[in-house]
Amino acid sequence: MHRYHAGERDRLAMLESIGAASVDELFATIPPEVRCGPLDLPPARSEEEVRREFWSYATKNAEPECFASFLGAGVYRHVVPSVADALIQRGEFFTAYTPYQPEVSQGTLQAIFEFQTYVCQLTELDVANASLYDGATAVVEAVLMAQRMLPARGRVVVAGALHPEFRAVLDTYAAPMGMSVTAVATGADGRVDAAGLAAALGPDVCAVVVQSPNFLGVIEDLPAIGAAAKSAGALAIHAVAEATSLGILAPGGRFGFDVVCGELQAFGIPPSFGGPHLGFFATRQDNLRQLPGRLCGQTVDTQGRRAFVLTLSTREQHIRRGRATSNICTNHGLIALFATIVLSLLGKRGVREVATASHSTAEYLKAGVRSLGSGVRLAFPDTPTYNEFLLLHDDPDGLLARLQSEGVLGGVSTTAFPGALPRGILVAATEKNSRQECDRLLDALRRLS
Amino acid sequence: MAYPKEFRYSRTHEWVKMDGDVATIGITQFAQEQLGDVVFVEAPAVGKKLGAGDSSGNIESVKAVSEIFAPIAGEVVEVNAELQAHPELINQDPHGRGWLMRLKVAGAGEELLDAAAYEAFLAEEGAH
Amino acid sequence: MSEKSLRERESLIFERSSGGRVGYQLPALEVPAADPAATIPSGLLRGEIDDLPEVSEVDVVRHFTRLSKWNYSVDEGLYPLGSCTMKYNPRINEELARLPGLAQVHPLQPVDQVQGALALMWQLEQALIAVTGMARVTLQPAAGAHGELAGMLMIRKALEARGERRKTVLIPDSAHGTNPASAVFAGFDVVEVASTAEGTLDLPAVARHLEGGDVAALMITVPNTLGVFEPDIVRAAAMLHDRGGYLYMDGANLNAFVGVAQPGKMGVDALHINLHKTFSTPHGGGGPGAGPVAVSAALVPHLPVPTVERVGDRFELSSDRPGTIGKVRGFYGNFGMLVRALAYIRSLGRDGLRRMADGAVLNANYVRKALEADYHLAYTGPSLHEVVFDDTAQAAAGIKNVDIAKRLLDYGFHPPTMSFPLIVHGALMIEPGESDGVEELDAFISAMKAIAREAREDPALLKGAPTTTPVSRLDEVRAARQPVLRWRRAP
Repeated sequence: MHRYHAGERDRLAMLESIGAASVDELFATIPPEVRCGPLDLPPARSEEEVRREFWSYATKNAEPECFASFLGAGVYRHVVPSVADALIQRGEFFTAYTPYQPEVSQGTLQAIFEFQTYVCQLTELDVANASLYDGATAVVEAVLMAQRMLPARGRVVVAGALHPEFRAVLDTYAAPMGMSVTAVATGADGRVDAAGLAAALGPDVCAVVVQSPNFLGVIEDLPAIGAAAKSAGALAIHAVAEATSLGILAPGGRFGFDVVCGELQAFGIPPSFGGPHLGFFATRQDNLRQLPGRLCGQTVDTQGRRAFVLTLSTREQHIRRGRATSNICTNHGLIALFATIVLSLLGKRGVREVATASHSTAEYLKAGVRSLGSGVRLAFPDTPTYNEFLLLHDDPDGLLARLQSEGVLGGVSTTAFPGALPRGILVAATEKNSRQECDRLLDALRRLS
Repeated sequence: MAYPKEFRYSRTHEWVKMDGDVATIGITQFAQEQLGDVVFVEAPAVGKKLGAGDSSGNIESVKAVSEIFAPIAGEVVEVNAELQAHPELINQDPHGRGWLMRLKVAGAGEELLDAAAYEAFLAEEGAH
Repeated sequence: MSEKSLRERESLIFERSSGGRVGYQLPALEVPAADPAATIPSGLLRGEIDDLPEVSEVDVVRHFTRLSKWNYSVDEGLYPLGSCTMKYNPRINEELARLPGLAQVHPLQPVDQVQGALALMWQLEQALIAVTGMARVTLQPAAGAHGELAGMLMIRKALEARGERRKTVLIPDSAHGTNPASAVFAGFDVVEVASTAEGTLDLPAVARHLEGGDVAALMITVPNTLGVFEPDIVRAAAMLHDRGGYLYMDGANLNAFVGVAQPGKMGVDALHINLHKTFSTPHGGGGPGAGPVAVSAALVPHLPVPTVERVGDRFELSSDRPGTIGKVRGFYGNFGMLVRALAYIRSLGRDGLRRMADGAVLNANYVRKALEADYHLAYTGPSLHEVVFDDTAQAAAGIKNVDIAKRLLDYGFHPPTMSFPLIVHGALMIEPGESDGVEELDAFISAMKAIAREAREDPALLKGAPTTTPVSRLDEVRAARQPVLRWRRAP
């Protein structure tokens, strides 16, 4: 018997009660031709043996915490208050199901309500859902919503500096839904080329997607892009990959965007080799009935006490089936709880401080690069950035390897992505990067680039 | 509740009240009972042309969505704006203030049931 | 209110805010502070976000700890939600997923730096191949529904590769709602197939639909949502394949036959595996899950990219797959959940996984036998891992399934699934899982029996339930009619 299961006595007692001689009898409806023999897997292992195997995986990875790390490109390394992980490890949270029985799920429900509030506050929009899988699928959901609202329009326009992962996933979903995707070239300043955008727009465009700060780290002119989208009658979608930027940068909601969506990983969620992260989605009140995913709302119980419940579920697949606003069921609830706790701890002051510290650290690096004089140079020296910037270099992978040998993970090479990106290294800085780490990077760049 | 004699009824549980060439349409007492508390009504746009049997919107309760089918062909000339703020009118007064839309129609909807036939239809349905 | 304990009147975090409190201290800024306005146009900047809370670290710990106590959870007791497969979530899996060498790894580090992560993913793929008997597995989808979409996109791609544009997907009326939704988002039209009187697939109906030549796939759950093994699954697969269609299996109920049978032997072309069901990654109050998709050889060319490939003693991420559907999400999957699932598979091992299925089926049949006299069985076919009763026997007293469920809360149990499957009116879908021993099941059974008695003798008790929970029944109509979906500062 196994430590996760009941014992032989339980088995015998239950078999006797059922009137079966063996458990095998209970599988009698499964035909012989689909049966299998013992699985080709190792035997049961003790906790200690399992730990040994996984430690061996862990030690074969280079752990960024052991380096001076400037990796970003959609996944960022910010401070992680220890309280957040301690609280989500409470069994009452992580071993509960989706809160379909509100009377015994008020903890999860109230936390979702708080999460929705945080997303509305960050985005300056009216309504937000209870989470999506990740930034890429959040952008897809926004585009699908635009298509539902404007079914006669079959084209979506995206900024060229949309995160390549977001773009790739959008391409996967768009074609089967009969949509085409037009990318607007990035201008010499790293931003959406305004003339290119104007040329790409037309009466067949249902949505314009712009990421800001964009994949190259550059802050886009959201008011102008939002206005252009609106004048073409399309939905304006602001995608966010570095959510701590919302601590100092005004979100699309302020500029008339219909959707602000993307990735909240930057609020302390472990990189975890790419997931689970945290997709978010906020929109205007008018679009409420088209919103994808779960929603929690406030109501009262029979005694008039405030309480929370999943609501407006008729949008969802378990009721509307093939006509649902999304096929999503399981979302990223526990990660949303994590972000809710982190945002609570950071609070009004911390959310801003994380952003200003990250920005300051990146500006320090940029100034240092300017004074290097050779080897690498800033791709967009005159365009504002938040905490990430592109360094041009002919051999980014070689340079990164040399940096790594000195204990510096200098950034992400643009050669890792498809498309016509300039050759170079995306360098991201956060409040976790000390001045000493920054100086090590600059010194290594001076010598090695 | 009695089903008004002056109405005509569809097998998808809509009622029709003719007034010249304008048909007022709603859902029946039976339909609202089946649906439970109505929380939202999605009405068609004014000006939309509907064929008989066309889907023309949805009525939602907390845990169900029910399509509204046009019981008769015509062009939408008015929708009940009061339902946006007060969807409960469908539960409270389905044959009156809970009306859904008005259509300008060409025919009279000959294939629709009269009150007696609709009640017989309900009895037959209930038997299954 | 003043009589309530602190626990019962915990406010929203925003309402706890008190000017000047901070919950976290950042490292001192050692570089010069940059004024954002020096480089960023002022129109693109924002000030402090006014309504964010100001709370201390202690406030936050108290707040979320109190909230947690309002939840029911697997750690507390039996969670017999049919179709959801709630089982024990081992703590060792949590520990391992948090190893810094796994949790802190960035997805864009060069492959030489992430050999351990890739080895782990490769090992999980091999384990899932061993379980399912399929050709390959993509670990990319983030959840079951996401896996369905990935699988249906692969089927679409395979048809396109043959120059066909079939539009129809057949789905039994007993299916999960995600099935039709996923098929639609993959660009297909759904045709619902009514189940037979036994609640199983209507094979002649499938044959009739196949005659049209437009059927791309059948999506079917095995065992189905009644907990009954689909007796015609092999014949259905053969019929579909003869007509150039594909068989998609919803693997939500895979836990019923792990180590007993394999989808690979049933003629399945694609199935998703809910790691958060069969392989015990925690449900987390709604997610995250993971929905790897196992495919037959026919669909291997269309797998999402990148795949993890073993080359000698190294692992690589390969995007060299000309027929791929592309990517369905960022990066490679919910890696943290993959760690937990592989740890679970290793802990249970070959025999433990089989015992898992044995236990799930034994427990469901034990509960079924014990409650047959008290509750009406919607369908009487033999049960595997779950059993679906309904409220017919209690209808005379005016009692509905929801009343039984709410009363069960007063007995300290999470209720069964009620809204599902749609072919059972007033369903009580019980999936006890394999984690519990006979005395836990007996306690649940006695509660259910007591409720059946109360339904006859004192139905008001059920109608008024629950009375012992943090809140009583909620006004869901009000929540939907006047949606309040976020906190706002009172004006």
